[in-house]
Amino acid sequence: MADNLGTSPDEVQFRFRDDEPVDHGTVTVDACCDQTNAAAVRIEPGDDARVLLPFLGRLALIEVNFPGFGDGRGYSSARILREAGYTGELRAVGDVLIDQLSHMRRCGFDSFAPDKRLDEDDAARAFATWENVYQRAADTRMFGRATIADKRHEG
Amino acid sequence: MYQYDSYDQAMVEARVEEFRDQARRRLDGKLTEDQFKPLRLMNGLYLQLHAYMLRVAIPYGTLNARQMEALADIADKYDRGYGHFTTRQNIQYNWIKLEDAADILADLSKVEMHAIQTSGNCIRNISSDHFAGAAADEVIDPRPYAELLRQWSSFHPEFTYLPRKFKFAVIAAETDRAAMRLHDIGIRIVRNDAGEVGAEVYAGGGMGRTPMIAPLIRDFVPVDQLITYAEACLRVYNRYGRRDNKYKARIKILVHELGAAEYTRQVEEEFAHLLSVGVEPPREELARIAAQFGDPAFVDGPKTIDRSDPDFALWARRNTHRHKHDAYVSAVISLKPVGGIPGDATADQMRIAARLAKLYSFDELRVMHTQNLVLPHVRIADLPAVWAALDAAGMGAPNMDTIEDIIACPGLDYCSLANARSIPLAQRISERFAATGRTAELGELKLKISGCINACGHHHAGHIGILGVDKKGTENYQLSLGGSEAEDVSLAKITGPGFDEDGVIAAVETVTGVYLAARTEGERFLDTYRRIGMEPFKEALYG
Amino acid sequence: MKILTGNDLGSGAVTWWNGTGWSLFVDDAVDVGEDADEILARETAARRVNVAYTIDASIDAGGHVRPAHIKDRVRALGPTVRRDLAVPTADKTGWDWVI
Repeated sequence: MADNLGTSPDEVQFRFRDDEPVDHGTVTVDACCDQTNAAAVRIEPGDDARVLLPFLGRLALIEVNFPGFGDGRGYSSARILREAGYTGELRAVGDVLIDQLSHMRRCGFDSFAPDKRLDEDDAARAFATWENVYQRAADTRMFGRATIADKRHEG
Repeated sequence: MYQYDSYDQAMVEARVEEFRDQARRRLDGKLTEDQFKPLRLMNGLYLQLHAYMLRVAIPYGTLNARQMEALADIADKYDRGYGHFTTRQNIQYNWIKLEDAADILADLSKVEMHAIQTSGNCIRNISSDHFAGAAADEVIDPRPYAELLRQWSSFHPEFTYLPRKFKFAVIAAETDRAAMRLHDIGIRIVRNDAGEVGAEVYAGGGMGRTPMIAPLIRDFVPVDQLITYAEACLRVYNRYGRRDNKYKARIKILVHELGAAEYTRQVEEEFAHLLSVGVEPPREELARIAAQFGDPAFVDGPKTIDRSDPDFALWARRNTHRHKHDAYVSAVISLKPVGGIPGDATADQMRIAARLAKLYSFDELRVMHTQNLVLPHVRIADLPAVWAALDAAGMGAPNMDTIEDIIACPGLDYCSLANARSIPLAQRISERFAATGRTAELGELKLKISGCINACGHHHAGHIGILGVDKKGTENYQLSLGGSEAEDVSLAKITGPGFDEDGVIAAVETVTGVYLAARTEGERFLDTYRRIGMEPFKEALYG
Repeated sequence: MKILTGNDLGSGAVTWWNGTGWSLFVDDAVDVGEDADEILARETAARRVNVAYTIDASIDAGGHVRPAHIKDRVRALGPTVRRDLAVPTADKTGWDWVI
């Protein structure tokens, strides 16, 4: 088993799940493909999230690393995993700041372990920024959230 | 034109409050400049040479009188009484305070305007044909599709931190009046043989350091799959666009390095996947939007222009464009007075343009990417009154598409990215050619000036292009010839060694002289260049 | 000489380090010698300046501070094409040396 390179539950500042947080060691994407028992994996910006598709059934935690907040590849990775039916914990880690929280949530992240702890009030405001949304994303798919266009034309 | 419903209004208001909070956190020190910069850029706020600059979005270049009046009020209240219309159909204010920015956005939101995503590594203003909805040659009005894309791209959670900026253009005619092939994604709305409406999609065009013409990647996307296809294009770019080098991060580099065929293959794969996911808005949404772009209540009237007044006749010949209704034309409001600053308008001029729109153009205005304005639907009978008002306001220069109709970026007078000034060059060139009376002789001649390699002046697409460079701390200018942004798209070629300011103005006179001597009947500068090649011009310039 | 310049965080105005604070006028700029990094770090952290940096400058025959780079000379004076919007300055010769 590889060394634990993941975040631990007490580094998770925001979590939108009812189940217990995973506390296994987190492996790299390469290692995950080799190890049949890895239940937690970390995706780097340059990894192809689709490599994990065969293993989604046994993964309970996928961390997506944002080494710099300006590298937006993790948002695509998150949506791809949710589109593939992944229902486990999807955790944004690294340079996660207030102003990315609402978009990350929409892309399917349900847990956040920022490098630096964030102001709770600022974060609450940030998550609540958008009462409505224009486009489909992981949240419309997973939670049946209606887009503005859906609401305009319902019934 | 599109009117916000309560959802759209709530979205811009939420954005204002989000930015107000972000600005407060910056001023309080909770955000460093590195953390704040992408956020303020996504609200159009740059830090430029003299102050903050705010770029306000004018979606696909369409606005009404009330909105134009609001832009005038902002110029007076928060800036120094003027604004600058840009090569992407937006407006810029040069003297903005960060402390005022949220209030300005709040004022804009009251008239259904914003500065959302006018900068930053995200999807920018969707540009379109400035004669959309009026031109005789369009298949359909392209703007509903631009509006559909605008809503889809606004606050898109997956595409907010792209490798670099992303620009769409949407047209719906064979004639390309929006430089569509020089965009990251260019869309031409067409009808197929069955009469169905769909999109030709081009990807990987752009100017800047490495200009490229976008190849066709799909000859027909049905309109009810357009958003899904756009999403596929963006996702491939977000995942695989280069992030190691800012100057190689645009989609044009990805398309070039993969090859159009491979990029297309990846897009088609993602497209098939996203079709199964189901990301397209409901079909009714496009219909709802399109219903707001119906024709105004055209009124019949005279179909010919009275050309007895030679000044009016010249203006009508140069500055009006054929309309689909034979009693109407589209009229260009020139922001290129000889010796003036291209694209700048005072607050009073904006108010006059607004008044003319209300009186004579069904309350509608357009911004051209060539930095002029348009009254899209003017009755031929009303043209003399329109012209008289424009002339009195300094907006009646009869020079559209002539050498006096220069496109120039703000350059080193305003922009922190620039290497050289572009505006004084534009002023001197237009003055020189107006004074010598050469303008008329030269006919259609699109001259474009950029103050740096970022090419915001679109010099690669100029029949004559000028690029400002830094030569050991002094301003120097490269001349290029033969570019075109229209459907006959081509990229200009550099003539040779650069010139100083006096030298490049003389060089422009030299090359126009070569053209006049060599041209055959009916040839534009561009046509003569394409026929005779660079050599005769080089010979004349460098001997 | 080495001088410091930046923009005021709230207003965006171009400013120049005058030894104790940030002035709107380039002629108030002082030679910071070796202390540039220390001053920049302190002043940026205190948010008394934004995006500040060190530049070369010289004193001209009239005793005015002239930044070495054309870009900073334009910042010091204003857009050359809108002299009516120039930074108010005592230096009437400024437009001679801006470019």
